Amino acid sequence: MRDVLIKGRDWIDARFPMTKLWNEQAGEYYAPKNFNIWYYFGSLALVVLVNQIVTGIWLTMNYKPSAAEAFASVEYIMRDVEWGWLIRYMHSTGASLFFVVVYLHMFRGLLYGSYRKPRELLWLIGMVIYLVLMGEAFMGYLLPWGQMSYWGAQVIISLFGAIPVVGEQLAQFIRGDYVVSDATLNRFFALHVIALPLVLAGLVVAHLIALHEVGSNNPDGIEIKAHKDAAGKPVDGIRFHPYYTVKDLYGLAVFLGLAAIIIFFTPEMGGYFLEHANFQPADPLQTPEHIAPVWYFTPFYAILRAVPDKLGGVIAMGGAVMILMLLPWLDRSPVRSVRYKGPIFKAALALFVVSFLGLGYLGLQPPTPTYTLLARIFSVIYFGFFLLMPIYSRLDPVKPVPDRLT
Amino acid sequence: MSDGGVDTGRRRFLTAATVAVGGAGAAFAAYPFLAAWQPSARAEAAGAPVEVDLSKLEPGDMLRVEWRGKPIYVVNRSTPMLERLDEHRDQLRDPDSSAPQQPAYAENPYRSREPEVLVLVGLCTHLGCSPSYRPEVAPADLGPQWAGGFFCPCHGSRFDLAGRVYQGVPAPLNMAVPPYRYLSDNVILVGEDEGAA
Repeated sequence: MRDVLIKGRDWIDARFPMTKLWNEQAGEYYAPKNFNIWYYFGSLALVVLVNQIVTGIWLTMNYKPSAAEAFASVEYIMRDVEWGWLIRYMHSTGASLFFVVVYLHMFRGLLYGSYRKPRELLWLIGMVIYLVLMGEAFMGYLLPWGQMSYWGAQVIISLFGAIPVVGEQLAQFIRGDYVVSDATLNRFFALHVIALPLVLAGLVVAHLIALHEVGSNNPDGIEIKAHKDAAGKPVDGIRFHPYYTVKDLYGLAVFLGLAAIIIFFTPEMGGYFLEHANFQPADPLQTPEHIAPVWYFTPFYAILRAVPDKLGGVIAMGGAVMILMLLPWLDRSPVRSVRYKGPIFKAALALFVVSFLGLGYLGLQPPTPTYTLLARIFSVIYFGFFLLMPIYSRLDPVKPVPDRLT
Repeated sequence: MSDGGVDTGRRRFLTAATVAVGGAGAAFAAYPFLAAWQPSARAEAAGAPVEVDLSKLEPGDMLRVEWRGKPIYVVNRSTPMLERLDEHRDQLRDPDSSAPQQPAYAENPYRSREPEVLVLVGLCTHLGCSPSYRPEVAPADLGPQWAGGFFCPCHGSRFDLAGRVYQGVPAPLNMAVPPYRYLSDNVILVGEDEGAA
């Protein structure tokens, strides 16, 4: 039996680099030995992506992408399709969890300087994944055709209308109509279920190829490739498989347990994962009294509202996302990891985290004068963290970096 | 061309020519895919004008109708409401309606054909939410300055009872007045005026 399997493997290897690929990407891929809890979120993001694709395919089997039928077809999935409620809640909860793990994954990069040379392109590919993911989530949110779906889409598409000269034309081009309508819903469905997922899958492959080319960063932010043994393997590295596959499986089990608790007990998460206004069908004549995007967009939404000018608000909001792309070039610290950075960077990072979470909270609240003022303060800190980084990261007194992993 | 020698100039020219022709072909091929995103003929045809009967609209009340999928607000403004319009001129961005957000016949202090009847596209000029009609003066949630008007729940933009935008809010322009005309004393037709056939 064993001989047959080996023969089969050799037969394939002579025609397709199966063993070679496996060794390059996992079996012989050496990762630093000191990965901590922050290193779970990359593989978890991959698992959530698979969940979204599988549950998404099943949802399309019963969903109807038309303004007349969409809302009722989602209700049909929830009530009449066998186990439809579970598949739909796995998909809607998965969307929020996708952003949870992606934000934590990105924050890990911020903590340990994972975006620094030679990983700039790895970071940029990741940022493009994040942008596509935002588009994917936004288009998916229109599909249930509830009140929040409709007015959320109306607001976000109108953002493009703020662009001088071509803005209104562009917004109309995106909607395919003078208002958000059946045409918009139908094309968002096409983009959500095939166009963007294809792009996303390609980008994820590119992200992994780039990662395995430069090698993983680690909590110490030092290169393990600097110390190699006689065989040319990093002495502070361990094989991804079986060591990190097993570690990631453990993290996956914990994560799936938490996800199951949400899916079974609180799939709406008190209105944060699925907003209450979205349980009413879309009404183009009536905006809900309070309109807020889903939680993962609220920090940027709060920045948009903080600026008392239409074009300025849109630029600030877009800039808040895009500025992350410049991180590899803004950070001028001689060390990568927060472990060896000084008090200035740590204080700046703490302020940034408070501002990001604060903006996330304010984006969910109605716009009162006090909240608007707070949002303005947090927005200034948010941008200050990035724009002043070339200065304070250079002034920051850093600690000596060890030669080997600690 | 000699044996074994490569005429690189010729090769570069042919490569460039192939790229140019291929690129032009790709641009032509892309056009239908982009144009397919424009509003379809059916969407363009769906903009028929709508009639609104004003006979049951009491002073101070508002009704909503749909035109081209957009909410249209029709307000029968009472005399006190009209008198208040002049009091907050200095707080408005564009008190004289100089931006082209209305047909010429609505470019007046009331932004309407008849002073009482206000017709507006009920969409905020910020990001297209539908503002709420708040005719009361100085309600608790909108503050003592509020002289009645439209409040956008999305981003807090404020408009007065002529749809004129206040300063210091995200919306840049006054709310739009659609084309409309009177069919009789109590019936208006929204979406068409003398200019259009």
